Amino acid sequence: MEPVTLTVNGATRRLFVPPQRTLLETVREDLGLTGTKHGCELGECGACTVLIDGVPILSCLTLTVNATDCEIVTIEGIGSMTEPHPLQRSFGEHGAAQCGYCTPAMILTAKALLDRDPNPSEETIAEAIAGNMCRCTGYLSILSAVAAVTEENQ
Amino acid sequence: MRSEPHLGIVGRAAPRVDALAQATGRVKYLDDLSYSGMLHGKILRSTEAHARIVAVDTSAAKALPGVHGILTGEDLPVAFGLLPVSQDEHALAVDKVRHIGDPIAAVAAEHPDIAQRAMELIEVTYESLPVVTTMTEAVETTEEPIHGDGPRNNRDREISLEFGDVDAGFDIAYHIREDVFFYQGNNHAALEAHGALGVVEDDGRLHVFSSTQVPHYLHRILAKVLEMPESRIRVTATPTGGGFGAKTDVFSHELVAGQMALITGRPVKFVLTREEVFYAHRGRHPVLMWVKTGFTSDGRITAMSFRTFIDGGAYGSYGAASLLYTGQLQTITYRIPAYRFEGVRLFTNKPACGPKRGHGTPQPRFGLEVHLDKAADDLGLDPVTIRKRNLVSPNTVTVNHLRITSCGLTECIDRVVADSGYLDKRRHLPQGHGIGFAIGAYMSGAGLPIYFNDMPQSEVMIKVDRGGGVTVYSMAADCGQGSTTMLATVVGEALGLDPSDLVVITADTDLTPVDLGSYSSRVTFMAGNAALEAALKLTDLVLTAIADELDIDQDAVEIGHGVVVAGDREIPWAEAARIAEARWGLLVTTGTYKPPKDIKGDYRGAGVGPSPAYSYSACVADVKCDPETGHVSVERVWLAHDVGRAINPLLVRGQIEGSVHMALGEVLMEEQTFRGALHSGPSLLDYKIPTVLEMPRVESIIVESIDAEGPFGAKEVGQGPLLPVIPAVVNAVHDALGIRLDAIPLRPDKVLAALDDLERGGPGRYGPTDLPDYTFRSPLRVDPPPEAVTV
Amino acid sequence: MLRLPPLRYEAPSTLEEAVALLAEDGALLAAGGSDLVPNLKRRQYPTARTIVSLRRVADLVGIRVESDGTIRIAALTTLATVVEDSRLPKVLREAAGAVASPQIRNQGTVGGNLCVDTRCDWLNVPDTWRQAAEPCLKAGGEMCWVAPAKKDCWAVSSSDLAPVMVALGAEVQLIGPDGRRSIPIEQLYRNDGMAYLTKTTEEILTEVVIGPHAGLRATYRKLRRRGSIDFPILGVAAAVRLDDADICTEARIVLGAVASAPLRVPTSEEVLVGRTYNAETIAEAAEAARKLARPLNNTDLTSRYRTRMIPVFVRRALEELG
Repeated sequence: MEPVTLTVNGATRRLFVPPQRTLLETVREDLGLTGTKHGCELGECGACTVLIDGVPILSCLTLTVNATDCEIVTIEGIGSMTEPHPLQRSFGEHGAAQCGYCTPAMILTAKALLDRDPNPSEETIAEAIAGNMCRCTGYLSILSAVAAVTEENQ
Repeated sequence: MRSEPHLGIVGRAAPRVDALAQATGRVKYLDDLSYSGMLHGKILRSTEAHARIVAVDTSAAKALPGVHGILTGEDLPVAFGLLPVSQDEHALAVDKVRHIGDPIAAVAAEHPDIAQRAMELIEVTYESLPVVTTMTEAVETTEEPIHGDGPRNNRDREISLEFGDVDAGFDIAYHIREDVFFYQGNNHAALEAHGALGVVEDDGRLHVFSSTQVPHYLHRILAKVLEMPESRIRVTATPTGGGFGAKTDVFSHELVAGQMALITGRPVKFVLTREEVFYAHRGRHPVLMWVKTGFTSDGRITAMSFRTFIDGGAYGSYGAASLLYTGQLQTITYRIPAYRFEGVRLFTNKPACGPKRGHGTPQPRFGLEVHLDKAADDLGLDPVTIRKRNLVSPNTVTVNHLRITSCGLTECIDRVVADSGYLDKRRHLPQGHGIGFAIGAYMSGAGLPIYFNDMPQSEVMIKVDRGGGVTVYSMAADCGQGSTTMLATVVGEALGLDPSDLVVITADTDLTPVDLGSYSSRVTFMAGNAALEAALKLTDLVLTAIADELDIDQDAVEIGHGVVVAGDREIPWAEAARIAEARWGLLVTTGTYKPPKDIKGDYRGAGVGPSPAYSYSACVADVKCDPETGHVSVERVWLAHDVGRAINPLLVRGQIEGSVHMALGEVLMEEQTFRGALHSGPSLLDYKIPTVLEMPRVESIIVESIDAEGPFGAKEVGQGPLLPVIPAVVNAVHDALGIRLDAIPLRPDKVLAALDDLERGGPGRYGPTDLPDYTFRSPLRVDPPPEAVTV
Repeated sequence: MLRLPPLRYEAPSTLEEAVALLAEDGALLAAGGSDLVPNLKRRQYPTARTIVSLRRVADLVGIRVESDGTIRIAALTTLATVVEDSRLPKVLREAAGAVASPQIRNQGTVGGNLCVDTRCDWLNVPDTWRQAAEPCLKAGGEMCWVAPAKKDCWAVSSSDLAPVMVALGAEVQLIGPDGRRSIPIEQLYRNDGMAYLTKTTEEILTEVVIGPHAGLRATYRKLRRRGSIDFPILGVAAAVRLDDADICTEARIVLGAVASAPLRVPTSEEVLVGRTYNAETIAEAAEAARKLARPLNNTDLTSRYRTRMIPVFVRRALEELG
């Protein structure tokens, strides 16, 4: 077991994890943050995306021990039912979630983009979510949902 | 049932009722559930494509500390299958394995790593058997059939039907055209892998949670295989992370999760890996098809003969229905005066195929629509004209006894053709740039239930509490298509309440009355109608009570937004509900839906194809092709869909766009192929789903034909819009490059092969030419209904 | 959920310690993990016992551009950092941007991409699949399933950066038990799917150095099915220098993903050097590339198709530089 210290959604968590434990397993199974999903566990679908130090990464490919001392943000950390992040509201308004399974990763990826570039073009949004698979929507409503919360459109 | 919406709740583009729960990560999918003391299950799967199981030695696995349960085939010996005619599966292999990935044994352990290790310790002794991987082999091989031991051994189902005098139709034809097409199989690739969790509850009953689209069928099959009464089992369908038909069958892991919970007394969870999802499969059947059509000189169809060979994989699954669907729905778009359909489903040593969005109809629709495009060329007609000359009319009956009611097909065609400028662009775009057109149609639910019974196909219950809160109970499982929102909207419109203020309890066999499941695009039509009936009964109770209370005529009382309006008085809903409860007692109403009986013919096979209403679509696709690389990119898609009425246009548009995405995957890149019996790449890297970068602009056009029997006039939208996209793209590639791709997906190497053929002076075609050497039995002759147009 | 096998974990703080740890049996070097972790989850490295992470080693991240134009990229610099650094040549940024997906570029590193394990349809397969087939050479078996007549492994070099770095004439710095050494990156690779790197397993690639390259025009074209996520199934990196009279004075054409190493195409380069850079010489050079590579059927699409695309992609790359 390896000791790790993570800041998850603003709270510091000290854990002992086996070295082979991935961050995906840690957030879902050790911390109970099941908003982070998984569709392949091999880095091929994007559903497990979380933010590490503000940057979207695939938690299924990240060893928890390698994330020690990092700031991790999961979908639970950016808004709630009562105080949703503008993206969380926008996804509903634009029908950008159908089954909802890719949605947490999609929203986090979009949030990281908007934090860096508050006025991305549609092309930039598409490039940013090109590692996130969605099987339901055909992506177009997702592009609209993200475009609606750019600085320009707010 | 038809009812006019007047409050604007139906017809409003509103978010899903669970939108915020989804966007905040609060929705609990199957793998998000956990119990203290829960065990983790793994299934050992066959590494042989076809073998007799000589022995399964689980002793080393049993001895591993932390292992609590092991199951093999002999523990669950009862055969099952979703269709009563296909009881050919076992929860775990008994005697034989039939494809790589066939389940053999299951383990449950304290930790996933222990389960993994235990699984690795199980030793299976196989006796290899001859392997059949192609349809030709399946037809020709006589030794060791995959199932049974009859003379036509690897044949699962065969159908041979003739409606009207087909030969006479060909005799009078001015022009006859024949084509052979191939549509490769593919997988649903829902992002969430399947999973199930079994728990023995405090009352000793078994509770199985599953990411299923069909909790009712799972309930029945659990009872059968576990040999327990249904009353001792509760099934809860968790919200599925995508279905598309993948989760409409019952699978090994669901049965094993139940049994494992019973034998260990502890909760046990099984979640498939992505590799296992490709082995569980039940995806689109590969279909090889031949179509022959006779035309008059002005392009009217005189007769059609359609033949399909479908590669079923190792089990029956829904295949008997899939096979019929490859032949039955050609007649719901075109008036075909005489029609022959012959089809055979063959077993091969590959994962079983089953239903995927459009179930059995995208393949023949592709063939038919490309065939018509070619026939139009032959006859010097444009592709729109040839179709319009043959369109079915509303309120008619087809030659194979299907009842057509509302039909917005003409409007769909006119809209996409006009908006895209199809007729002006066709043949006038620069080389490499093309435009294509096609149409399609689908069912709003199957006319018959999967197992024979006379009960309703959908039942809904509504209960009002003393605060005026309304709870809707339905077994309809939301697989992302929005059925929960649909139920809330239909009931909301009837009661004047905002859909987000209703509680909708779904997909739980203890709590909700039966709905057969989320397949066949049946839920809006059937559960929607049942919900509307229940809501209207409730409305009636409330309005009567208010009229009695105020001593006024009931006609003077009506539902308003959150109120009951009685003359110039507005009574808040909660108060009205209390008055009604005082008048009637507990406010519970129910509604049911059963399709009309007279929508089907009376012949073997007539059960597949009838639907209370058909949706219609038309599509124009604009494509660019690189003649040097063979790369095809779809630039823009116009898709008009006759949804009857859009209960929620936002969700309707979402289904259209999602259907376009899935169709583009199928026509451009997705294929479940094999090297021998080995899957070519059971991963989301090797199985290519389009990313956002492959997605074109989509112009969604909603057409409302207001169906007389649909809830508020609504019909389906979840599957139909996929159908015309595929042939529209293929026809567009012809417009772009002058080549005919009669086999899909349109891999760039195939595009180049067709271009090479053109360069060598050939017809510029890539596709199959031969059919397996197979003799169909002579067709069952069915007289067309008297009202059908015949030869 | 697919999980990693049990492993030991070491995160030394110096390169020397890391080198010593890598000498142990079953030790594997981890940079961003985006190649290593999936391969481990698929049980492709049955002897793996220890992951040696470089995350604590100082000075392995960052890009320096020196006054003479020399670029030094530390091995653990992420691909996303390369994409975003406007000081870097466009070809490098585009090639880094063509790797996998945005998330993988945020964690994947330059060193990791240069050393990415060779890939094959018969090797990068999940567990049940692997057990259903006899192991191939690289998986410890007796023969290659792609070319059963041969005794070599034909797994494919799948790096997007490697062909570009070869075209730019980069050098790599290595540190090992015998100290540091620097080699032209071309010499890092060996056309052998199993031993595809010439560096020893104890050696660590610490830095890639691109010398002054003013006036060099370079580009990279990648063949894949989708615009994202996919590995290359053909990569063409081309770099040329033209004089004032449009005479080509220097040319490097490198093919990726058609062999177990990035392949220089001297036959095409020779066509160009000393001649006027025009449609005719470009076409001739492109045609000359066709003969060199023999891709096999072990990635997406067919080998025939990929072979056919070589001259097309070479020509288009060269045209872009004219």
